[in-house]
Amino acid sequence: MVYKARLDGRKDTDLRSMQAKVDVVPNAAGSAWFKIGNTWAIAAVYGPREVFPRFLANPRKGILRCHYTMMPFSGSGERIRPGTSRRAQEISMVMSDALAPVVDLSAFPNAVVDVFVELPQTDAGTRCAAISAAAMALAHAGIPMKDMVSSVAVGRVDDRLVADLDYREEHIGEFNPDSKGAPVADTPVAMLHASKQLTLLQMDGEISKESLLKLLEIAKDATEKIYQVQVKALKERYASLD
Amino acid sequence: MIINQETIKTLASQGKRLDGRGLHEYRQPITIETGISWTAEGSCRVQIGETVVLAGVKLAIEKPYPDTADEGGIMINAELTPLSSPEYEPGPPGIKAIELARVTDRGIREAKAIDLKKLCITPGEKAWFVIIDIITLNDAGNLFDAAGLAALAALKSARFPVVDPKTGVIDYKKKTDVSLPLAKEPIPITISKINGQFIVDPTAEEEKVAEARLTISSDAKNVLSALQKGGEGPLSTHDIDVMVDLAFEKAKLLREVLRKNIP
Repeated sequence: MVYKARLDGRKDTDLRSMQAKVDVVPNAAGSAWFKIGNTWAIAAVYGPREVFPRFLANPRKGILRCHYTMMPFSGSGERIRPGTSRRAQEISMVMSDALAPVVDLSAFPNAVVDVFVELPQTDAGTRCAAISAAAMALAHAGIPMKDMVSSVAVGRVDDRLVADLDYREEHIGEFNPDSKGAPVADTPVAMLHASKQLTLLQMDGEISKESLLKLLEIAKDATEKIYQVQVKALKERYASLD
Repeated sequence: MIINQETIKTLASQGKRLDGRGLHEYRQPITIETGISWTAEGSCRVQIGETVVLAGVKLAIEKPYPDTADEGGIMINAELTPLSSPEYEPGPPGIKAIELARVTDRGIREAKAIDLKKLCITPGEKAWFVIIDIITLNDAGNLFDAAGLAALAALKSARFPVVDPKTGVIDYKKKTDVSLPLAKEPIPITISKINGQFIVDPTAEEEKVAEARLTISSDAKNVLSALQKGGEGPLSTHDIDVMVDLAFEKAKLLREVLRKNIP
């Protein structure tokens, strides 16, 4: 009748296996990739540099600009036509908003920091992996930051509240014949490590207020696990300097 | 930058290069890693020195073109991502990306590396179409050779997805063990001319200094399948004689790397 156990055997609060690496694009000021399950995001930071078109420049503070791109062969079905989509533009915007609160933008007035994220393969949770990778790349680029941003999706699948949904869980009706068929609630979040404040919060599906608050508690532990992986990768980059 | 450019020219006339390589020496490592994207039917990461490109193959069933009703098709697209170099900007492909895609496409298409007739399912109705996307991750020069090698490696590693025999719908989540009908391995090699000297595997800086370049695609039997001259400097027939021989020699080297990684 219901979602008795997770399709891939994880516990409700388990994340998929993660890997992260810093300094992966030599041309960039900073770069990193973050893998969670079969979702893989590569991020590169360029700048601070001059803003084009010029009228966008702000003399009081710099601009943080994110660009999210799925590679044409990274989707779960047919090839994705290259070029920007409404979805990619919206994700780019919420990514910028998720990362900007930790970046000291006053440090580079009139300039822009560009963050480019490319995904070679995906299995849900792409905007979260993109944010986690981008935060590492910003740190690697030496952009002044007051906290780390870690991102993961939480959600409700039938009556289970789970962390880090994969593609099959997002489309549970197709993959679990016993599923109730109620819309899955998919809630990507980004959290600041020190203050536990949210800088990304989206949801689609159906959920009660009580369940939402429980999900946000799950998100605290889940983003902490992401944070550990991010910090480990950043430290590994500089291990030889110890 | 300008100082380096003058130095590159002076060094070339002495048979030397800024990074210490010989004129006819490739950067190391040259690596090919396949299966880097589970969502693609075939994929790879190719690295030549600090230049890194990814390539992915997607397969789709479409109606054949009316003038080639018994053939499938192939399309190659290249994206010079702003992630891979500060010189690239977001937006539709510029002329550099278009040239890269078209030269890579010609090398494979004109060699008839893929037997397009074997991609036909029902003449005039259904055939397989092969789409290769080349995505740059770090442009440190010589994208032509890296893209050509990546396109070939992705093709070699590709496997057809499962097709439902009743509905004819592709299940992209499941792959068969059937690979593409690849008959040849045409490999593009780019020779640059700097101060009258020929160099292989140019860095991004060397590309800016070069008077001319010639990209030469050739197969294992030294049959040429595509040429592309670039740059404003003219080339003599003697230049071309020397450049083609050099391309044959280096294509052999890259073909060995390809075969070692994907038997």
